Amino acid sequence: MKKKEMVAMLLAGGQGKRLKSLTKSLAKPAVYFGGTYRIIDFPLSNCTNSGIDTVGVLTQYEPLVLHSYIGVGNDWDLNRKNGGVFVLPPHERENGSSWYRGTADAIYRNLKFVDQFDPEHVLILSGDHIYKMDYNAMLQYHKERNADCTISVIDVPLEEASRFGILNTDEDLKIYEFDEKPSKPKSTLASMGVYIFKWDVLRKYLLEDGENALSSHDFGKDIIPMMVENNNSLFAYPFEGYWRDVGTVNSLWEANMDLLCDNPPLNLNDPNWRIYTRNPNQPAQYVAPGAKVSSCIVNEGCIVHGEVNHSVLFYGVEVGEGSVITDSVIMPKVKIGKNVRIHKAIISENIVIEDNMDIGIERENEDDILLIDKKSKKKKPIAAKTI
Amino acid sequence: MKQLMGVINLDHELDNLNELTYFRSGAAVPFASRYRLIDFVLSNMMRADLESVGLFVRRKYRSLMDHLGDGKSWDMNRKHGGLFILPPDWNDPTDTSLGDLQHFHNNLDFFKRASAKYVVFSGTQHITTMDIEDMYKYHLEKGADVTVVYKKVDQLQPEHDLCQRVEVDEHNNVIGIHHEKDHHNLYLDMFIMEKALFLEKVKYSIAHGESYFFRDVIQKNRHNLKIAGYEYKGYHAVINSLESYYKNSLELLEPDNYFSLFKENPVQTKIKYEAPTRYLESADVSNSLIANGCIIAGKVENSVIFRGVQVRKGARITNSVIMQKCVIDENAVIENVIMDKDVHLSKDRILVGDHRRPFVIAKSSKI
Repeated sequence: MKKKEMVAMLLAGGQGKRLKSLTKSLAKPAVYFGGTYRIIDFPLSNCTNSGIDTVGVLTQYEPLVLHSYIGVGNDWDLNRKNGGVFVLPPHERENGSSWYRGTADAIYRNLKFVDQFDPEHVLILSGDHIYKMDYNAMLQYHKERNADCTISVIDVPLEEASRFGILNTDEDLKIYEFDEKPSKPKSTLASMGVYIFKWDVLRKYLLEDGENALSSHDFGKDIIPMMVENNNSLFAYPFEGYWRDVGTVNSLWEANMDLLCDNPPLNLNDPNWRIYTRNPNQPAQYVAPGAKVSSCIVNEGCIVHGEVNHSVLFYGVEVGEGSVITDSVIMPKVKIGKNVRIHKAIISENIVIEDNMDIGIERENEDDILLIDKKSKKKKPIAAKTI
Repeated sequence: MKQLMGVINLDHELDNLNELTYFRSGAAVPFASRYRLIDFVLSNMMRADLESVGLFVRRKYRSLMDHLGDGKSWDMNRKHGGLFILPPDWNDPTDTSLGDLQHFHNNLDFFKRASAKYVVFSGTQHITTMDIEDMYKYHLEKGADVTVVYKKVDQLQPEHDLCQRVEVDEHNNVIGIHHEKDHHNLYLDMFIMEKALFLEKVKYSIAHGESYFFRDVIQKNRHNLKIAGYEYKGYHAVINSLESYYKNSLELLEPDNYFSLFKENPVQTKIKYEAPTRYLESADVSNSLIANGCIIAGKVENSVIFRGVQVRKGARITNSVIMQKCVIDENAVIENVIMDKDVHLSKDRILVGDHRRPFVIAKSSKI
């Protein structure tokens, strides 16, 4: 294999339990977002747009959708002769077989994969976040400081800081302490889970960590604290821009809603930084006479007869006459009948909503987002509309 | 073994869509928000899983080649067979062939290399959802030399004037192919025949100074050949003039037409990576087809909008076809217009055409 300056390793094996039924049969990185994307499109497109052409995708939990989605990577221009995208599920080895025991372990078990490219640096990504980022700019920063490890950070509000891995740095952003979810955060620089390591340095730590039976084999809990302790040079790379963790039903909904204002903080229409995705090749969307669509994102293949306001419609969604949809995310191929009202809900793929249903109109908690899936329909029938 | 190969022959298609075909062939004209005319026949051929498809094109093929690439979008980037774009490259000094026979004579290898035994010929002006496999089976059942495809239309339209007619007896055997304008069986520019017979006829007709295969070999020899008619019954539109382009574009806004063209089988086209369309707060859209990548803040009514179009606040578009990447600035008004790609219409401008005679704006203009 041809030598590469940097290889990306994308951790895509997580389940994302807090996304409830959305991750029942697919891994979190394969969850839909923004009318046409899956979460993993963002890191993959960032790689392509940053000129990184070699990406290993580490999969484990329910990988079928993810594997077939990534395919040979042509949608992200990652079907390359030298490099390209490689799907790396756990595999049996001479001395037995087991699952990936943690994020670091997933890389440790693929040392041979990375070694093939003899890279100077390795970029570690996760498939959990929505953001646009130039990893090449981060690499330049990493090289300028001759860092062993550079961690991308974002400034978070102090009251939220205890949800993140917090980095304490000196003035020139050199990291002297890493606090994983601290109860009393000393800084507001949160790790985005984007790391660049010198490969020879990381390799050494991975070998050590791999043999350590007491380790949880996690970058945040084990590798990075160990590097800080050993006085390796670690730097924080401040990222400015839109970045969202979409690990819960509420945060996924919120990130979708972020796209709907007239000047959204995340611009998906930038021709210089396209987010690539698999195109479902649907005919143009049809907005019928009498329909009303405003503050919305609507994908091809949708047929709208009703009123859709401040919502995201994935491809192939049909909205019947007299229906009103507000503040909701409607996933692919959902068929919504006539005179349906939907408010503040996420409707899962392929669901059929019968005529005259009310969803989320009368709710116990205004802050909770209703997640409608095949089961929820059967379990608690949605009250018929009463006029 | 695949039994079928295809030929898309653009030699008979006049580029008569005015500004839309100054720099591109009719086959490459954008249609229905995100397709080009050739996508429909290619998608039909893709479904029939043809061994190879040859595209015979004489001129203005740049945009077509850009669109087709290696045929991947139609699953025609195959190791063996697949899509062949065959512009003129004619170096045989002994060649005396004329008309579309030139294409066949100079590309004999294309036919001979394929192992398929039957060839389906088609143009691109008739938009259909034709089931080619069914036609092939019918051809075999009839034991015909040639099977031609026709559509019986209820109501003749002005654009049908240019179409040939297929007269059939009660067993669907063809008893005449002609231009009688009041006849309702339109010939859809599509036929199938055995490859060996086709090659034999090409050789013979070149030797006898003929020039157009369908006219000189099939139409004129209908008494010497067993010609069957295959009646096609699905969606049909013929695009052979600006008026027919405009009319058939807007007729897709009728759900029956939209469904019969798109719902059963997907139509494939070159993939673009556009974000879904954004409707801003002030958007007011009704009875329109809209592709992805648009940002709409104005009013759009009875119109067909292609990918990446921006309609700014206060702009009004009615009864129009707006192609890729046009930008319509604040308070501009457009009515009965066909706007080719990349046009920028500035603030407050007003463009109004007639509903029978739309106003056409050429590609990349700034107004």
